[in-house]
Amino acid sequence: MNLLAIATKSIRQRALASALTGLSVALGVMLMVAVLVIYGIVGEIFSQRSIGYDLIVGAKGAELQLVLSAIYRVQPPIENLPYLFYKQLKEDKRIADAVPLAFGDATEEGAFPIVGTTSRYFELEYAPDRKFMLGVEGRGMGKPFDAIIGDEVKRKNGWDVGTRFKLVHGGNEAHVHDEEFEVVGVLKRTGTANDRTAFVNLDGFNMVEGHDTPVEQALETLRNFFPEDERIQNLKPEDIAGADGHDHHDHSGHDHHDHETADELLEVTAVLLIMEGQDDADRAFRSVRLKKELKKGQAMAVNPIVPMRDLMTNVVGNVRTALVVMTGLIIVVSGIGIFVSIYNSMSDRRREIAIMRALGARRTTVFSIIVAESLLLCVGGGILGLLLGHGLVFLSAPFVEAQSGLLVDPLAFEPVELILFPALIALAALIGFIPAMTAYRTDVARTLAE
Amino acid sequence: MSLRLESIEKSYREPDGSRLPVLKVELFELGDAEQVALVGDSGGGKTTLLNVISGITLPDSGRVEIDGTEITKFPEPTRDRFRAERIGFVFQTFNLLAAFSALENVLLGMSFSGKRADRKRARELLDTVGLSHRLHHRPGQLSVGEQQRVAVARALANSPTLLLADEPTANVDRGNQENILKLIRDACTERSVALLLVTHSAEVAGQFERVVQLADFNRPENAA
Repeated sequence: MNLLAIATKSIRQRALASALTGLSVALGVMLMVAVLVIYGIVGEIFSQRSIGYDLIVGAKGAELQLVLSAIYRVQPPIENLPYLFYKQLKEDKRIADAVPLAFGDATEEGAFPIVGTTSRYFELEYAPDRKFMLGVEGRGMGKPFDAIIGDEVKRKNGWDVGTRFKLVHGGNEAHVHDEEFEVVGVLKRTGTANDRTAFVNLDGFNMVEGHDTPVEQALETLRNFFPEDERIQNLKPEDIAGADGHDHHDHSGHDHHDHETADELLEVTAVLLIMEGQDDADRAFRSVRLKKELKKGQAMAVNPIVPMRDLMTNVVGNVRTALVVMTGLIIVVSGIGIFVSIYNSMSDRRREIAIMRALGARRTTVFSIIVAESLLLCVGGGILGLLLGHGLVFLSAPFVEAQSGLLVDPLAFEPVELILFPALIALAALIGFIPAMTAYRTDVARTLAE
Repeated sequence: MSLRLESIEKSYREPDGSRLPVLKVELFELGDAEQVALVGDSGGGKTTLLNVISGITLPDSGRVEIDGTEITKFPEPTRDRFRAERIGFVFQTFNLLAAFSALENVLLGMSFSGKRADRKRARELLDTVGLSHRLHHRPGQLSVGEQQRVAVARALANSPTLLLADEPTANVDRGNQENILKLIRDACTERSVALLLVTHSAEVAGQFERVVQLADFNRPENAA
C-alpha cells in the first residue's frame, strides 16, 4: 500500500468534505481555464497570424472599426470609397495585390454578412501560409450572381452548391433585395470570419438595386475624393457611360448579365492590399509610406495588426488580467477550504497517525501522507476543473459566436494552462504543510495511551 | 537471544518540574521464540515498557537489544524502520484503521517496512486467523473478536522476530479470550516468534510457563 493509496483512503473517509473542497478548487480552475482559453482564442483571432494582408484601405474614420468590419465582420462599415480609387490602387506599382470588398448587407436567412469581392480574394492567402479551399463540388465565381459561402453558413443555413438566396439591405432588415445569388462553392473551414460570410461576385453585388449611387451624388463624391484630378472635376452626368436610366431600376424578370454600371457610379467599402517587397520588412516599409500618402486624402490605410494589438493590450488584456486574478483568488480561497478541512480532521486522526507510527511509519511518512491528501484534492480538483473549463468553452462556443461573431474553437487549448498544475502543486504543498506538521509532531505513546 | 533490556530507567516530567519514575528494569532477557507473560497493575509502566522495547520511546538510560542489535543507539527513523521490520504489535483496543478493510489493515502493516506489500501473504495471514471470508469488511463491520484477529494478522505481516501484545484479551469476551490467546501463542510458536504479552489477568498469565511481575523487574534474577 503506497502513500497515495493511504491518502486516498483518508480522503474517502471524509468523502463529503473532500468532495466539496475538491469541487471548489475545480470550479475555480474551471473559471480560470475558461477565461484563459476564451481570451487565447480572441488573442489568436486578433493576432498577426490571423491576417494575411499588409493594409486595409477604407474611408476615413476609426481604424478599429475598419478592421473589425473588413476582416472580422463584427462592425458596420464606415463609408464607401469610389471604385475608381480601387482601380488606382490596383495599378500602383508598389502594390502587389489589391482586392476590393463591398459589404454592409446580410443574408436574408441567418443574417450572415455579405461581402462582394472578386475571385482574386480566394486565390490569396487569408492568413500567412493558409489558402482557401473549396469543397469538391464547388467552383469559383464566374458569373455576376455567383456566390461562395463559408463553412458556418453552409452548416447553419443548410445551404450547398445550387442554393439560391437573397440579400437584406444593410441597416434595414425589412428591405430584401429582389436579386438572387446562387451558391457555386463552399469554402472549407478556416477558423476565421470567412466561415460565416457569404461572398458574392462584386459585379453582381453592384448590379443589385440600390447599390449603384445616383449620378449626381456619385459625381459629388468623386469630386471630393479626387480634388486634383481635372478629368473628374470636369465630369458631367452625360459623360458617364451607362448612367442613364440606371439609378433606380427593377432587376427582376430580366437577365442580370446584360448590363454594366459605369465605374464612376460604383463604390467599394474597403480594399485589401498586399504590398510588393522582397521580405516582410520591405513590405512594411512600403506600407508605412503608402499609409502616410493616403492620410492627405479622403481614405485611410490601416495595418490591421496595430489597432487590434492596441485593443488587445489596452482593453482586452486588462480585462483578462483582472479575470485571471479573480479566478486565481477563487482557487486560493478553495485552497484555504482544503486547509480547513484537513486541519479540522487532524484532531480526529491523531490516533490513526499514532497507530501508523507504531506500525513503523516514520514521521516523514505521515507528513507525506497528509501532503499527498492535499495534493490529491488540489490536483484532482484541478484536473476536474480543466475538464469542466474545456467543457464550458465547448458548450459556450456557439453562444460566444452568436453574440460576438467570433469563431471559437471548442477544442482550443492554451499552453499557459499547463502552468496551473505546478501552481496547484505549490498551493497543495503550502496548504498541507501545517496539518502535515501536526501529524509529524504527533506524540505516539501519549496518543495511543489516551 | 531475542530481547535484552539492561539498566533501563524511564521517568516523566511532572508539572512542578520534578521527575516521576515509571520504569526501572535492571535486567530482562527473552530468548528466541520464548513466550513470557508480564503481569502488573494499571499504571505500573507496562505500556511504557512496550514503548521502550519497540523504540517508540527512548529510556532515560540503559540499553535495549533485539536480536543483538542495540536499538537505543539508533536515531528515530532507524528505530521506526526496525520496528516495522522486526516487531509486531497487538494492542488492547486493536487499533485498526476504521477506513481500511481487514485486508487493507494487514497490507498497511506491511507498508512501512520498505518491502512491497504482499497481497497474497496478507490473505494467507487472514486465512490463518480464520477471516478469509471477511477480507473486505471494515473494522466496524467485524465483531470484537474478529477485530482482534485482524490485529494479530497485521502484527505478523512483516514476519517479526518479536511480538509485543498489550492486554490483547482485555476487551474481548471470555469465550473469545481463550481463542485469541491461543491464536497468538500458536502463531508465535509456528513462526518461532518471541512473545511478550502484558496482562493484568492472572488467568491469562497462568497459561504461560514464564511469568514476570513488573514490580520484580529490577531484580537481576528475572533475567532468563
